[in-house]
Amino acid sequence: MSSKDRILSRIRRAASGPDPEVPRDYLRVHAVRTPAERVDLLAAHLTDYRATVHRTDGDGLPELLARLLSRHESVLVPPGLPPYWLSAAGPARIHDRADSTPAALDRVGSVVTGCALAVAETGTIVLDGGPDQGRRRITLIPDHHVCVVRVPGQVVDSVPQALERLDPTRPLTWISGPSATSDIELDRVEGVHGPRVLDVVLLDAQ
Amino acid sequence: MTGTDLGMPAFPPFPEAAREAVHDEVLRANLRHATHTIRDKRARAVAELDDWDRLRAAGKAIKDHTLRHLDRYLLQLEAAVTAAGGTVHWAVDADEANRIVTGLVLATGEREVVKVKSMATQETGLNEALEAAGIAAYETDLAELIVQLGHDRPSHILVPAIHRNRGEIRDLFRSEMGRWGRPAPEDLGDDPRELAEAARLHLREKFLRAKVAVSGANFMVAETGTMVVLESEGNGRMCLTLPETLISVVGIEKVVPTFRDLEVFLQTLPRSSTAERMNPYTTMWTGTGTGTGTGEGDGPTAFHLVLLDNGRTDTLADEVGRQALRCIRCSACLNVCPVYERAGGHAYGSVYPGPIGAVLSPQLRGTANPIDATLPYASTLCGACYEVCPVAIDIPEILVHLRERVVQGGPVTREGVRVRIRPAHGHTAERAAMRAARLLLDRPGALRAGERLLSRARRLRPQRLPGPGRAWTDTRALPDVPAESFRDWWARERKAPQK
Ligand code: SF4
Repeated sequence: MSSKDRILSRIRRAASGPDPEVPRDYLRVHAVRTPAERVDLLAAHLTDYRATVHRTDGDGLPELLARLLSRHESVLVPPGLPPYWLSAAGPARIHDRADSTPAALDRVGSVVTGCALAVAETGTIVLDGGPDQGRRRITLIPDHHVCVVRVPGQVVDSVPQALERLDPTRPLTWISGPSATSDIELDRVEGVHGPRVLDVVLLDAQ
Repeated sequence: MTGTDLGMPAFPPFPEAAREAVHDEVLRANLRHATHTIRDKRARAVAELDDWDRLRAAGKAIKDHTLRHLDRYLLQLEAAVTAAGGTVHWAVDADEANRIVTGLVLATGEREVVKVKSMATQETGLNEALEAAGIAAYETDLAELIVQLGHDRPSHILVPAIHRNRGEIRDLFRSEMGRWGRPAPEDLGDDPRELAEAARLHLREKFLRAKVAVSGANFMVAETGTMVVLESEGNGRMCLTLPETLISVVGIEKVVPTFRDLEVFLQTLPRSSTAERMNPYTTMWTGTGTGTGTGEGDGPTAFHLVLLDNGRTDTLADEVGRQALRCIRCSACLNVCPVYERAGGHAYGSVYPGPIGAVLSPQLRGTANPIDATLPYASTLCGACYEVCPVAIDIPEILVHLRERVVQGGPVTREGVRVRIRPAHGHTAERAAMRAARLLLDRPGALRAGERLLSRARRLRPQRLPGPGRAWTDTRALPDVPAESFRDWWARERKAPQK
């Protein structure tokens, strides 16, 4: 008997008893909010977890990004990032090519992306590898990540609403603040392996 | 066939280990600080959700339903992972899982793997197996790194290095890092910030060149084949994204039916665990991205999923004990446990410490050895663990059931075979367990705290325990059960004539 068959037959002998109906009476959202309130909550929760939140509209975006990137010499750019976003930015644009090694990407200081959506109740942004986000590694290796969220359209209230809108077959990265550890005497330290600085730009796209 | 291996086989029974730990002041101070800090934060994070009880009930039901049809969901998972370009392996026990992983690593030609914290591979003792095959396994969680550099054992599910303070960690980094890769700076101080930076630099070198990674997973979605890993530091993302080959070793009980089911656990796990609305990073991936979706070209080109039984199907066969398989490893029960706080994680002698360890380890391994016979006694039955558990595992109920098993013997399933174990009363281990537990718990303050929690836990408990536990409750009216402190229980059991 293969191990697979052995395990399955053990399960069939062991599993017994009632089969509960899953109660789905928990809340889809935890409050009724206007779009503006939803965006405000997202901003508050992102700030709570030490992301830096900025607000702008389409006209102000290139200036803002130029300022956020000014400390860096180079920036990773996903293939489908709208070109005007970086139209005022100084750093050299680096593209993630198939033959770019992780070590090469490690020399890039920053990355700018869009996102798939953001979750207000948890202060989370979700990336799904879309054209304005690129492969997962480009938002992981650089020490600085600037993520642009189009508000209010990309903001959902809750985790249940987020899952409804996401495609599970895409690689998904949920980000809630910069990486952190509390492993040493429970003191929270921001930034271990992921980007240590997370700037979130709420782009008014009404 | 050898018994199920949960790691640390040559460990002293709970009472002796606990007595040692109680006298280790550093450990106790660290543990007290840690458990109280997390406990209070968790209560606030949970209070934010008005529907906590409903989420808890849903989480419990999703897990129970899945366990009831585990064969079907595992087959569905296998089909989905395979369709997405992954390969699924099945491992009956720890040895088989280790053999599979070792073989997969050797086949890549690599002799080095990076690892992201995985309780399943600690359970199987994978690192030792890899080492024996000439493969170096690098733990990449900060806490696991501290544990590994110190040739130590983890003491907490969530903060495995909770027993080490900053000065000890600095000394360890200074003396050990250089032996494994990039050394720590000469003048390294003991500020957690500096220590984290040293770990970042030390590990980055490994991430950037790693070709093979080994992980666990928090959830596996049967309908889509999607794997889910929650983490804080980003080492998980590094391991899951950069290497060419990814091997995930996951207990069979980690499957959930649908992607939608995650909406429950992604709300309850972070809040129960790190007391956050959401943990910093969660990664979800499906196979290698080939065959479905558009993940192709993003992340590892080879993905292997090793499904681990290692005593889980035996646990499933026990009507009372099987609820331990609902556990999502949040560690909330550790942080409220008066015994854990005093004894520390090492005393439990397995990778699963605290209340959940006291019910899971003896079941996965069997209650035949001394430590497992004593573990069910590592509790005051105060019920705090049940109250905080996000999947409503009635740990006191299982403890009572397992004690009954130790004292009276009875039917159990071992390696798929139904056997009877003999009563162990009068067993030296049992007597020692009670002595040590009394030493730990004869503190009125601790018991009073436990009893306060009780009155709330009691509401949620049935008048009679179902299943084999009934024999126990039949003779003892249940409202008194949790209120019967360990002291009383012990005093009475000790006086009871040997059957
Ligand atoms: S038993 Fe419950 S509280 Fe304890 S770790 Fe498991 S899920 Fe968390």
